Amino acid sequence: MARHALRRVSLAVVQLAALAILIFLLTALLPGDAAEVAFNEQASLEQVAQLRTQLGLDRPLADRFADWAGALLSGDLGTSLIGGEPVGGIVARSLATTALLACVTAVLLVPLSLVLGLVMGLREGGRLDRALSAVMLALNSVPDFVLALVAVAVFALRLGWFPSTWLDAGAADLLTRPGLLVLPVAVLLARTVCLLARQFRAGTIAALHADYVVQARRLGVPRGRLVLRHVLPNAAVPGVQELARTGDQLLGGVLIVEAVFAIPGSATALVDAVQGRDVPVVQALTLLLAAVALAFNVAADLVSHRLAPRTEVLR
Amino acid sequence: MRGESTRRGFLGLAGGAAGAVLLGSCAKGGETKRPRKGGTVRAVFPGAGAKETLDPHAQRQFVDIARHKAVFDKLVELNGTLHPVPRLATRWETNAEATVWRFELRDAAFHDGHRLDADDVLYSLARILDPDAADHKAKSSLSIIDLRRSRAISGGRGVELVLKRPNAELPSLLAMTGTAVVRRGYRDPSRPVGTGPFQFRSFTAGRTFIARRFDDHWAGPPHVDELRILSAETEARGNAVQAGEVEYAHEMSPTFARVVRGNSKVRIVATPGSGAEGFALKTDRPPFDDPDAAMAMKLLADREKLVNTVLGGKGELGNDIFGRGFEYYPENVPQRGRDVEEARRLLRKSGALNKEITFYTATIADTFVDSAHMFAEQAAEAGLRIKVTTGPPESYFTDMLKTGTIGSHRSGAMPIPTYLSERFLSDSPQNATAWHRPDFDEQFVKAQSETDEKKRTELYRDVQLHLRDTGGLVLWGHPDWLNAVSTKLHGVKPAPPNTLEWARFDTVWLG
Repeated sequence: MARHALRRVSLAVVQLAALAILIFLLTALLPGDAAEVAFNEQASLEQVAQLRTQLGLDRPLADRFADWAGALLSGDLGTSLIGGEPVGGIVARSLATTALLACVTAVLLVPLSLVLGLVMGLREGGRLDRALSAVMLALNSVPDFVLALVAVAVFALRLGWFPSTWLDAGAADLLTRPGLLVLPVAVLLARTVCLLARQFRAGTIAALHADYVVQARRLGVPRGRLVLRHVLPNAAVPGVQELARTGDQLLGGVLIVEAVFAIPGSATALVDAVQGRDVPVVQALTLLLAAVALAFNVAADLVSHRLAPRTEVLR
Repeated sequence: MRGESTRRGFLGLAGGAAGAVLLGSCAKGGETKRPRKGGTVRAVFPGAGAKETLDPHAQRQFVDIARHKAVFDKLVELNGTLHPVPRLATRWETNAEATVWRFELRDAAFHDGHRLDADDVLYSLARILDPDAADHKAKSSLSIIDLRRSRAISGGRGVELVLKRPNAELPSLLAMTGTAVVRRGYRDPSRPVGTGPFQFRSFTAGRTFIARRFDDHWAGPPHVDELRILSAETEARGNAVQAGEVEYAHEMSPTFARVVRGNSKVRIVATPGSGAEGFALKTDRPPFDDPDAAMAMKLLADREKLVNTVLGGKGELGNDIFGRGFEYYPENVPQRGRDVEEARRLLRKSGALNKEITFYTATIADTFVDSAHMFAEQAAEAGLRIKVTTGPPESYFTDMLKTGTIGSHRSGAMPIPTYLSERFLSDSPQNATAWHRPDFDEQFVKAQSETDEKKRTELYRDVQLHLRDTGGLVLWGHPDWLNAVSTKLHGVKPAPPNTLEWARFDTVWLG
């Protein structure tokens, strides 16, 4: 197990280094720069040139990469091209809100989909299974942004149960206004629960038909213990692997949810930074999001390896 | 000193005859009642993320301008016809050559108790003109002020500004964006101290701005206690104002106006003809170096169709002249119509027929791409091939100065002389039609330095007709400016952006 973990983690480090180089090159390919974008409709070529020199954007690409990589290795993410604030502060502030959304979603996601998957798997082909499957299939085929807009139209504008946006509110207001979380988290959960629950359902069914479960049942192991001890750990394997992929999907969902509900998270910060060509912020956020996605995948690999050691993930 | 122009009376009389188009069921309710004190007004504008700034001299976005307007005042503001009206300057006068201007200052208090004097004004101007500040908006237009020769007069109660060359439009230039008067010594933009109706409390770029009522404001304290100016995208602005989470949403679409028609909680305050939509033809390259080819484009545009489709009918037809309804707009110029036959004849004469022309646009606004494609179809009827290409929206306005033969053009409200001087002089910073004509420059400068108002108006008329008939601007429409307002909020008047009554929250109240 330890060897496997070490190999998996060192591979992730190499992947991250390659990603860092790729991110730098891709942001260099963005059309236009912060100086060109800064003046909006009132641009004059002289002002743009003056600002470009001030921001050091006219320096050769290789020099800028050397500076950036050097600073990055010492943990310095640089300063924003807009406003001159340290990138670390911008990233931390925006990631905190996204992390909060993601955590609340994740805390609800796993138990909810596990219970749903288990119930459906145990009642395979029954009325409940068929009904839930139909609902999930339908929900799964609705894009996030449509779901978000419909949720706002119905629950915020028509019924007035929950706020429609996070305007004039931030993560700090959640204690006094927990209603802010309901619609965003519900939208984030809708599709991921469907995906995950169906994996858990498939895992449950496979485990129920496995020889050792049939044998355990024949030996008279009580049903409750059978499900918890023998079915659940094996049923969870495909779900846990799916969970890592769900992490990636959640990031995409967060982007849409943050835009619709005006949530000041990392997706909003990323979009703003790209629009303002604030390259240091784009690089830092992309790199951190990539690191999180990598960490998710490594963790999922290790957990499924632990749950069912026979699955050799890394050959 | 000129008198107040009242050519367009709707500013003072909301709901009056021509101007005020108020949709929604409760449009006129409560506007005549006595203002109520107290409460918090939340206004939401399109955001610009980290680009948003508290520095009133570096402003670019409407959301910035609205925030600065709450905290700061200018010497002069513009009324609904874009005519200068007194603010911190109570009156002004100039010499016969329009080279020396004297402004009398109001007795106004800064939020820290300091009283406004000439040094604050001179400090503000020096800060705007700082050669190292690349991002100061009014730097180029105010560079005609010779600061070394300008000075305090009347024991600091007035200021004398000396110009490097004659300009009869100095008051208008002092009313443009990025001209706020700051307290002398103002260096830290994150702690703004102004003379405005609201005192700064807090600010997060891309999110919120909070300010409290300033009781010692020279025009009297605002009706509301607190003002919050927030940033959000189109969808969120629409949802928030419908859900009652904000009281004012800036810059809404014609589609949204249709959605909330009949809504009892939201009304639309529309300001007709508050801007311009058009095409910029590059007059320094074929085929538009020939004025005949440019004229053909003006005759090919089906303006009615463009306004009805691209602007959703919420706008007025353009006549290739900027600033309908504003001061100096030439009266009695017949509306230019469509004439495909004449256009074909002109195109054949200039040899542009059956050649391909590039229309360079971007997805900055729906109107840009839609109007480009629609115009390409309209031009095809005369046998002209226009290829529409789109570039990155973020840097479009810099790129389009160099790229394409036709480009998309738009402008918000501003005085006509400012519009012309920033776009159509040989050395203009945003010369999108590449219009380099020494005789035009001369004609414009002559008009700008004329101190007799009647003569100046005549001269500006000639300048604008010259451009209309030979220049590279196809100005097909004047879109309405649409803001959504909660029916609880009273006192919001229709006003073109960047004028005195626009985004003005010291005179509104909650009912």
